[in-house]
Amino acid sequence: MGYPHPSHPLERPLLSRHFGDAGARSFDGWVKRGGYQGLKKALGMTRAQVIEEVTNSGLRGRGGAGFPTGLKWSFMPREVTRPHYLVCNADESEPGTFKDREIIRWTPHQLLEGCVVAAHAIGAERIYIYIRGEFTTEYRILKTAVAEAYHGGVLGANVFGSGQRIDVVVHRGAGAYICGEETAMMNSLEGRRGNPRIKPPFPAQAGLWACPTTVNNVETLAAAAHIVREGAAWHKALCRGNPRSTGTKLFSVCGHVQRPGNYEVVMGTPMKDLIFEMCGGMPMGRRLKAVIPGGSSVPIMNAAEVEDCLLDYEGIVARGSMLGSGGMIVMDDSTDLVYQVMRLARFYAHESCAQCTQCREGTAWTVRILERILAGKGRREDLDLLLDLADNMTGKTICVLSDSCAAPVVSAIRKFPEEFEAYLSRSRAPVTVAV
Amino acid sequence: MSGTATPGAVHHQPYRPVFVGEGRTALEALFPHYPTRQACLLPALWLVQEARGWIAPEAIGEVATVLGLTPAYVRGVVTFYTMYHTHPVGRHFIQVCTTTPCSICGAEEVVRALLQHTGCGELGATSPDGRFTVIEVECLGACGFATPLLIDDDFIEGVTPERVAGILQGYK
Ligand SMILES: Cc1cc2nc3c(=O)[nH]c(=O)nc-3n(C[C@H](O)[C@H](O)[C@H](O)COP(=O)(O)O)c2cc1C
Ligand code: SF4
Ligand code: FES
Repeated sequence: MGYPHPSHPLERPLLSRHFGDAGARSFDGWVKRGGYQGLKKALGMTRAQVIEEVTNSGLRGRGGAGFPTGLKWSFMPREVTRPHYLVCNADESEPGTFKDREIIRWTPHQLLEGCVVAAHAIGAERIYIYIRGEFTTEYRILKTAVAEAYHGGVLGANVFGSGQRIDVVVHRGAGAYICGEETAMMNSLEGRRGNPRIKPPFPAQAGLWACPTTVNNVETLAAAAHIVREGAAWHKALCRGNPRSTGTKLFSVCGHVQRPGNYEVVMGTPMKDLIFEMCGGMPMGRRLKAVIPGGSSVPIMNAAEVEDCLLDYEGIVARGSMLGSGGMIVMDDSTDLVYQVMRLARFYAHESCAQCTQCREGTAWTVRILERILAGKGRREDLDLLLDLADNMTGKTICVLSDSCAAPVVSAIRKFPEEFEAYLSRSRAPVTVAV
Repeated sequence: MSGTATPGAVHHQPYRPVFVGEGRTALEALFPHYPTRQACLLPALWLVQEARGWIAPEAIGEVATVLGLTPAYVRGVVTFYTMYHTHPVGRHFIQVCTTTPCSICGAEEVVRALLQHTGCGELGATSPDGRFTVIEVECLGACGFATPLLIDDDFIEGVTPERVAGILQGYK
């Protein structure tokens, strides 16, 4: 639901049903609300059966890439000859995204239930929940929930009397966006600098301590428990005609809307309904200029693209962007897009781990060129230079942070050339970069 | 996620080890959770920072010793992560988000109000009374509640320039 606002009739709150309800936070509170039924059911199924259920449900990763979850789980070796690990990605740092934080803050047991279901499916005895260092409150909430779960017999040597051992360790990050990338996260967990690793090998072959590992996002795991409880067919039916994008999705909406917050809708819901109905549209007297729909790493959309866009993986691609993490940044006509694109590029320049030349140099130069344009000292060739840089930053590096910096820049130049033109022609007053 | 704080005055007091007594117990409680000692590095550094407020060069040496690593290795990891302070900071450490979603909602004005009311003057500097250090950070994962602040361990949402003075009163 649109916490902190009441649920909107166009929403379909499943994962967010108990947001704002502090009673759902405790073990007993969660059990009272029907919690841990999905886990009980999963423990009565074989590993293969759980994976099959999740595969058939159509669930795709909610962390950004949209990879089919059941398929990812099926990559884990069948025989457990070495430790298998599940890593829950609670590093949520993608600008515009604040959904995982709410899942943890209001329903930590919803996440733990999903984690244990997944651990059972992939044969993992140990789960690491990697939570970003800045989530101090959520860290405490999660630690309390883990202690309760041990006490309640959901974790430990004999999960729900199944004879199976599953442990959870909550691991705090220490400030680094890049640690949200799954191989950087594994390095960080091992006590190293958070540099992404070259793939292959993929985590399912050689992940944490070179053992088979699966990394999943908080929202993905939370959804998995509901799927096991209600069945694949139920989940598959949660869509508006596109069978490749199923289930509900939490969209974090921020920026220039009347009611920012998290909204949970069925895949395929019109983007306009979300922005104008659920979030109440722009502030008075303003008009929509642009939307970045999937966290800051995806192309910017213009108002015409938003007009008939459907909120699912394919629907957003068809309108020139990507669903990503579902973190939606809405910008009205008061926004200086050149400045904001520079601000985004600065984010990536700051967060680059600096292993790859294209990324280390490309992000820094992108910022410098954009600052020059903003300062009224831009040259016409600067736009070509930015596009050329972006080309060299795309598809050529160890991870996609580099591509993520390029995407908003390229799309802004292509879709909003007039914004750049205003600075290049000196018809817009120069901006010196403040903070 | 954060910028860096500039060095303040370092008082040369004899180093007090962190991993003795209760500190040692807390460290050893980490060991069973990880197959290697090296993996305890981030949690061990958090223990140091909680105990001492920052990670002094001597602490890097101590962490290296207790985990069987080299000081250079530990330093390399410490400096990768922006939340570990390698210099002493003010009694209250304020992180303010200015990434795009917060920027379009007026985060820069919040920063100005913070610098003014804390007396820090500039980002990364500690106020003359030693009370505050303010730094600008990238997205805090609370973009719908712009502008968020993290003061020590307190997460404060929806901060406007008008609210700043009142909020600071709670931190002596
Ligand atoms: C630079 C970068 C940052 C990322 N940050 C996050 C993050 O904060 N949270 C997240 O769940 N996934 C993040 N991802 C995606 C993860 O690498 C990984 O794909 C995801 O956790 C897999 O989970 P899923 O299949 O459940 O989506 C990031 C990826 C990149 C390249
Ligand atoms: S693309 Fe950037 S962040 Fe990713 S590994 Fe290369 S340098 Fe590091
Ligand atoms: S951009 Fe400020 S909290 Fe995300």
